[in-house]
Amino acid sequence: MSPVTAPRLFSQEAPPAEVLIRSGHVLDPRGEIDEAHDILIRGGCVAELGAPGSLSPPADGELFDASGKHVFPGFVDPHVHMRTPGQEYKEDIESATAAAAAGGFCALIAMPNTDPVLDDPAILGSLLERARREARVPVGFLAAITRGLEGDALTEMAALAEAGALGFTDDGKPVISAGLLRKALQYQRMCGGVLALHEEDPALSRDGVMHEGPVSTRLGMTGIPPVSESTMIARDAGLARYERARVHFQHISATESVEALAQAKAAGARVSAEVTPHHLTLTDDLVRTLDSRFKMNPPLRSEADRRSLIDALRSGLIDCVATDHAPHARHEKEVPFEAAAMGTTGLETAFAALFTELVLPGELELAIVVERMSAGARLFDLPTPRIAVGEPANLAVVDLDRSFEVGAQGYVSRSENCAFHGRRLHGRVVLTLAAGSVAFRERLLVEAAPAR
Amino acid sequence: MRPRIGPHLISIDDLDRSGIERILDRAESFEEVAGREIKKVPALRGRTIVNLFYEASTRTSSSFELAAKRLSADVVSIRSAGSSVDKGESLKDTVQTLSAYDPAAIVIRSPHAGAAQLVAGWTPAAVINAGDGKHEHPTQALLDVFTLRRRLGALDGLNIWIVGDVLHSRVARSNILALGRMGARVTVAGPPTLIPREIEALGCEATVSLERLEEADVVYVLRMQNERMRDAYVPSLREYASRYQISASRLRPDQLLMHPGPVNRGVELSSDAIDSPQALIGEQVKAGIAVRMAVLYELLVGSPLLAVAA
Repeated sequence: MSPVTAPRLFSQEAPPAEVLIRSGHVLDPRGEIDEAHDILIRGGCVAELGAPGSLSPPADGELFDASGKHVFPGFVDPHVHMRTPGQEYKEDIESATAAAAAGGFCALIAMPNTDPVLDDPAILGSLLERARREARVPVGFLAAITRGLEGDALTEMAALAEAGALGFTDDGKPVISAGLLRKALQYQRMCGGVLALHEEDPALSRDGVMHEGPVSTRLGMTGIPPVSESTMIARDAGLARYERARVHFQHISATESVEALAQAKAAGARVSAEVTPHHLTLTDDLVRTLDSRFKMNPPLRSEADRRSLIDALRSGLIDCVATDHAPHARHEKEVPFEAAAMGTTGLETAFAALFTELVLPGELELAIVVERMSAGARLFDLPTPRIAVGEPANLAVVDLDRSFEVGAQGYVSRSENCAFHGRRLHGRVVLTLAAGSVAFRERLLVEAAPAR
Repeated sequence: MRPRIGPHLISIDDLDRSGIERILDRAESFEEVAGREIKKVPALRGRTIVNLFYEASTRTSSSFELAAKRLSADVVSIRSAGSSVDKGESLKDTVQTLSAYDPAAIVIRSPHAGAAQLVAGWTPAAVINAGDGKHEHPTQALLDVFTLRRRLGALDGLNIWIVGDVLHSRVARSNILALGRMGARVTVAGPPTLIPREIEALGCEATVSLERLEEADVVYVLRMQNERMRDAYVPSLREYASRYQISASRLRPDQLLMHPGPVNRGVELSSDAIDSPQALIGEQVKAGIAVRMAVLYELLVGSPLLAVAA
């Protein structure tokens, strides 16, 4: 193995933060911090942690009053569609990273199903350049496993890894050929990184548009059965174990998949998995509205599936949360459900959705949600955000008492296809620091502050 | 006071039993109009009905057109072939353009579930679903209920079997709901690949065998399309016919036979069954005009009960 040592995350130059975050309730589950602190940030790094009100702001810096608010390690999203290059009418690096910052994320991993597909070191090189100019929070890239995502021939995986790819995925599509996937696993072992797999057997999912069950039967829509996902997870976990390679299962959605994952982990396969906020909080019953915002792949599944996912995230069987932020333009969604594009945005609502739907009702502890929101970093060999002296400032200040109606004031993302649109969610991100710089600051707070 | 129908008819779920009965009662008064030499009433004079058909259709589109004309409405019929729809105009733009003509109603047929509901959000006109994907075809179910009620008086306690390709059938879905609402007991039967999962949740029983078919008072046969064989839902039409075709020999003489048309003779139905006196297929087609007149009338004129025979 030859782990890559070159830079792996890319963002624009920004002035290092000089700020005192005063009296926020700091919750860093990995550092076992769970109490109010002052956090002094100098030169973009955590310089000192002190009792609330004990520290002074830097002479050349500012004071941010976080009393009554929470401070979490910044969130890391291992699954984002930035739509760049080629589909900038849906999203671009700047709008995606701005949306991420508004959601408390301090790092993202972008998917390669762009136009052209990120399957060539030259394309990756130009994307890294754009990220250095445009990204508000650091971005890493997964390259395609197969050229053009066509499932026929491997990309130049070693060259792509050397050029800065964090790993490989054909996300949006499965690697149908087990033989080709096996070769990719052999290459992964050589060049490092992770193979992130979108698991779906197209012979089973066919032209399905939603979860197969009583709702699809009522609506007369073709269903996507859970076994289209779980059988592929079982197959690929077996291959990964045989090849001693690392595999990450993307956006798992069903009870059967959780069972396949548990078996794979118990057998010692080097596998990890992610789950999205929408699969954790919404079910296929919403498709009765025929609202295309509820159309995504994998589809929203049953309440029983949702419960399995919550249990698996709580236990750590599912390692992390990922948004699968998938922006689409209005004309791609304002069509009948069956004809609509698959996907929901999620960066701006991820934490608030989980806090509102799972933490407030007592399904999950806040500390678990906070931990899982950044656990994706380690799975892709990225540093995990920590609130500790000497660490670069990667944190989110969140007002858990503030609620907001999703979409009422528009979106930071270029697209508005959010499955949580119109819902009232609790947990407003008010400040995000990413890689030592202020990436997001809620405008309202700044304007309101002098009046207090 | 009976409830007002509407503002749209998108699903049988938009109607309760009294709403269905109101439409059927109205349809009976319109049947009388059909027997006259001049088959027109002035109920919708000066109003415009748009028929927007994104799928080939003979009987539904012609019957909606005749229904609107017999109510004296101005009718614009648009088919996807040759229209701006064919040139890539979105459904939303088409509907908003047509809405500029201030139609009283838009009748829409689409290959996609939920299209009628979307259209209802884009136009001030009343929207009538003339079939959306595999989802619903409410006016077909209403004319089927009408046909049965005329023949039998009431549907309460009737055993109705719906046989064939339930999976791909919007007619089956609307009928399961409408027949159930009218008090009938519905069983769906067909090959296991064409019975959707958990169909029982709609309020019916499901079986893959015709063994108990003799329990049925009414056998409602669905169209079996050739492409289902290409897509390997059934191994062959020959095997399908041998197991599920309804022939005169499979029917008791007092069982009624229905089919939404068009029929594939020799596949889901044998010719001797189609041509037998127990088949109501012709009556169904005839009922289509009166029932669609009633739907248009109830949505656009509605209560109070005016003298439509004026």
